[in-house]
Amino acid sequence: MTDTKNQKLGNKIPRTSAPEQDPQERSHNFQEVSLGYTPAMAQLEASRCLLCKKPKCVLGCPVRVAIPDFIKLVSEGDFLGAAQKVKEANSLPAVTGRVCPQEDQCEKHCVVGLKGEPIAIGKLERFVADYERVHGNEKLEEVASPTGRKIAIIGAGPAGLSAAADLAKLGHEVVIFEALHKPGGVLFYGIPEFRLPKEILEAELNYLERLGVKIQVNYVIGKIKTLDELMKEDGFDAVFVGTGAGLPYFLGIQGENLNGVYSANEFLTRVNLMHAWEFPVFDTPVHAHKIVAVVGGGNTALDAARTALRLPTVEKVKLIYRRSRDELPARKEEVEHAEAEGIEFHYLASPVKIEGKNGWVSSVQCVSMELGEPDESGRRSAEVKPDSEISIETDAVVIALGSGVNPLISKSGSGLKADSEGHIEVADPEVNMTSKEGVFAGGDIVTGAATVISAMGAGRKAAKGIHDYVMSLPE
Amino acid sequence: MFKILEKARLAPQVFRYIVEAPEIANKAQAGQFVIIRLDETGERIPITICDANKTDGTLAFFVQAVGKTSIEMSLMKVGDSILDVVGPLGNPSEIEKFGTVVLVGGGFGIAAIYPIARALQEAENKNISILGARTKELILLEKEMTNVSTEVRIATNDGSYGFKGFVTDVLIEMIQNKEPIDRVIAIGPLVMMKAVTDLTRKYSIPTFASLNPIMIDGTGMCGACRVTVGNEMKFACVDGPEFDAHQVDFEGLLNRLGSYLPEEKESKERYLNETPSPCQLKPVSNF
Repeated sequence: MTDTKNQKLGNKIPRTSAPEQDPQERSHNFQEVSLGYTPAMAQLEASRCLLCKKPKCVLGCPVRVAIPDFIKLVSEGDFLGAAQKVKEANSLPAVTGRVCPQEDQCEKHCVVGLKGEPIAIGKLERFVADYERVHGNEKLEEVASPTGRKIAIIGAGPAGLSAAADLAKLGHEVVIFEALHKPGGVLFYGIPEFRLPKEILEAELNYLERLGVKIQVNYVIGKIKTLDELMKEDGFDAVFVGTGAGLPYFLGIQGENLNGVYSANEFLTRVNLMHAWEFPVFDTPVHAHKIVAVVGGGNTALDAARTALRLPTVEKVKLIYRRSRDELPARKEEVEHAEAEGIEFHYLASPVKIEGKNGWVSSVQCVSMELGEPDESGRRSAEVKPDSEISIETDAVVIALGSGVNPLISKSGSGLKADSEGHIEVADPEVNMTSKEGVFAGGDIVTGAATVISAMGAGRKAAKGIHDYVMSLPE
Repeated sequence: MFKILEKARLAPQVFRYIVEAPEIANKAQAGQFVIIRLDETGERIPITICDANKTDGTLAFFVQAVGKTSIEMSLMKVGDSILDVVGPLGNPSEIEKFGTVVLVGGGFGIAAIYPIARALQEAENKNISILGARTKELILLEKEMTNVSTEVRIATNDGSYGFKGFVTDVLIEMIQNKEPIDRVIAIGPLVMMKAVTDLTRKYSIPTFASLNPIMIDGTGMCGACRVTVGNEMKFACVDGPEFDAHQVDFEGLLNRLGSYLPEEKESKERYLNETPSPCQLKPVSNF
């Protein structure tokens, strides 16, 4: 930190906030909430960066984006150059700029943040990616000459897409197999339009296709083909399994099979993937509820709550969380957005039973909780207050308590070692190779449900391992 | 895109399709299903695979034109293509030599029970098939079922063909006559499967039913198809679709299956109003 002038400046200029759609208006539409920086705003925000020689922010980034380098290019007005710089490490910057929990990653380590507010790294990342998309950048990153090696990627979610991009750049032939009819995984079926417009995801997918990646949809590996068939019959030299955590947890309480109870996956899939909000133009409906209660406090819970609020018949959305606001695991920005939009937060409440009437949900019975001492992870435990039953009136319950891993592949006689819950074991954590030679895995299928960016990080790591592995194979 | 190669009308609202899908056909086994989506605005619906021809690379399945998507499909012609077909999904039926197997197929469910009957016959079981429907013209695949059964017994509600009454009446008679039964497989409307199950439970005859709840992805991701089996939550798409029928909570399933009836009706009416001359397809009530 030699540039003292810059340092002073960095502390003086407040963090630049990005314009947003008005909360009253946006709570009735599916358009994006945050509108992003203008070039002037981006340059102003970039000027706050100290351009540390040993940047800590980079260490907080699971894919190691060269953050000060790209921010310097932004401050100089070279937005396309900045976008290229980001893409060296991150193949989906318009996505991560929107959905990463930056406050727990890069921005958490920002030196400017020690005394004031950290540099808005996520907003800048989003800005450069959006700028590039709008203003066009025909120049593709250099793709190495073909290696003649063929790699199968299973699952077109964050881990698979990220691995695919790196492998394509290294000159390998890459085919992604996706079970659903649209690629993107959780980015498509899970994260709603108002937080990640599909148009942006599609542009990022186009980028992969321009790198030469092929995407085969409607293809459930484990059913239509086994891993062995891919490798022995279809000539793939290596396989990456990135099938994610797609098996929804339920509460295990009475009343969960009533009509009007959904997993967050079902609720969000109906709306995001199947366009239920445009029923009957699209065939898939979602019930016309008036009150929707969402159980959980993570990003998915907030996505479900804010999605429900935007449905035409919904008048009120209640979010039920067993701890308090401070412990909400969701991104801070999403919590603030949800509050501004009028989501009703019911803290320190834990469901014990769903009551029904004529086969449909009528209320959620909860017990009140109180917070105890922090445990080893620093999170305060939640304990039931005796005799504290409360009833929360609702006609729908969306359960957003996280997901287990999808066991479809590990149960398909793949020979992959997996634990009792189906997490695939990685024999070599340096390169993410599994117990089966030539088969690599990464993302939620290995770690259990985590973030988009950590899955992308695992995809990158595996890509490196796959590259070394296939290049070591005899011709 | 998956091309329709053949289409035949087997009953007023029942159509049989042969669709080009070589990779799925290569893997499909009795008891499995596909999920199809007709076009970009379409819904995903599960359909049991009735036959798979590995040599021709084709799948055969049946569609009963009762809702928006199935009516739309009934208007598709040979040469048209279905946008998405994904599969084979679900677990294959358990096929081994059980002895005497009674296959109870109700109406449209006969199309789903046929491939299982055939596989059971190949495994040297003695198949006795009981086919039931409201009326004679709704008894499907009688010839095919005869080919894969030692004996076929028929029941119609109106008495227009075979025994006048329900499939359970035929089954009760078999049980009372002390005909040996090692296993019962029931596929048809939920009320029929429940009635069969309630009957065989009394006599402790192992009974399996193939469930067809509302599904979206078909790979275990959404949980819409959850059903209680032996007090445990199961997903029909990845844990089923066949379950030990004596353990299935049919009441709960029936409740959930009806949950979108108003929307299904709205969608169908809208479609019929917008589609030119679909009057010949004006559907009668479900089941």
